[in-house]
Amino acid sequence: MSIGHTLLGLLESGPRHGYDLKRAFDEKFGHDRPLHYGQVYSTMSRLLKNGLVEVDAVEAGDGPERKRYAITDAGVTDVARWLATPEKPEEYLQSTLYTKVVLALLTRRDAADILDVQRSAHLRSMRALTERKRTGDLADQLICDHALFHLEADLRWLELTAARLDRLRAEVAR
Amino acid sequence: MTAPAGSLLTARDLRKAYGPTLALDGACFSVHPGEVVAVMGPSGSGKSTLLHCLAGIVPPDSGSISYAGREMTGMSDSERSALRRGEFGFVFQFGQLVPELTCVENVALPLRLNGTSRRAAERAALGWMERLEVAGLAAKRPGEVSGGQGQRVAVARALVTGPRVLFADEPTGALDSLNGERVMELLTEAARSTHAAVVLVTHEARVAAYSDREIVVRDGRSRDMEHVA
Repeated sequence: MSIGHTLLGLLESGPRHGYDLKRAFDEKFGHDRPLHYGQVYSTMSRLLKNGLVEVDAVEAGDGPERKRYAITDAGVTDVARWLATPEKPEEYLQSTLYTKVVLALLTRRDAADILDVQRSAHLRSMRALTERKRTGDLADQLICDHALFHLEADLRWLELTAARLDRLRAEVAR
Repeated sequence: MTAPAGSLLTARDLRKAYGPTLALDGACFSVHPGEVVAVMGPSGSGKSTLLHCLAGIVPPDSGSISYAGREMTGMSDSERSALRRGEFGFVFQFGQLVPELTCVENVALPLRLNGTSRRAAERAALGWMERLEVAGLAAKRPGEVSGGQGQRVAVARALVTGPRVLFADEPTGALDSLNGERVMELLTEAARSTHAAVVLVTHEARVAAYSDREIVVRDGRSRDMEHVA
């Protein structure tokens, strides 16, 4: 996920301090992984340098100065472009698993075992997501569904690979 | 070998052949009260045969099946049939409801067959239909309800006798995602609240995600994934 674009998007509804941005991010998107303050401030200084945000007010207090950030026109355009661009489908997991399966076959290990263990790990994650969905609100359900469908896609690949292990074994042996 | 501590239904070293085809080749299984176990595996791996053996529908060629401490493989047909009627419930993918009966009559049917009066049977049936969110369909016939609604009626019918084991073979196979998930939610909630064990045969990971653990069947052999990595 692009944290920069997400923070920019959050600024579209009005200027905010770094702390408010972090809170809004964690509340809406950070279910399992809340942002570190350091990430927020480093991201904001990058956005500032690129002209996508500007400092709209500075408050002096007991501690360090508190900057309030506002999105610029260029920032709004950038968010719109990001939203309009499709995400690259993630392929790395399948390729890692593929490497493991082929290596197992090459080294005469049990490739079906690797797939069984992976299925089990996937199902454990899917159980946790299903439980979170059951007890959560609609936002939770939508977020969990997205993750569930991705894990399910991995598992479909895994089942197909399991069904083709004999052929794959013959091919890698050549 | 003794059964795993506290298990309600246990099978060991089951073998079953249909002609020259070996459907089960040393399969093992166990389930505890209140536990949902998914039986997964590719088509033709033997998972439905395993379910049929566990439920006493088909006798294995060899191996042992013990239910609540009683050996099932030595039972007569009528003893196994009594066990199925009194202790087990069944949900399948298709065609379980009697089209000539209303939904509430369908749900009440297992109780009527066990000798319960019509009024008491239909009262209990309505209670289960409420839990499965289909009480409003009581007077309709199966042909007048949707696939998802019909499947909930079928789950209510499977649970109406208070079974200790619920066997579900691809229970959401004919439903879309949303209906399938709601059926699984209601089925597992109902089973857990009555402490029934569930044997859930499925090839769908999203359905298996409603289980507590899974066993994988391949080439007639089973693998319990509980203690793996």
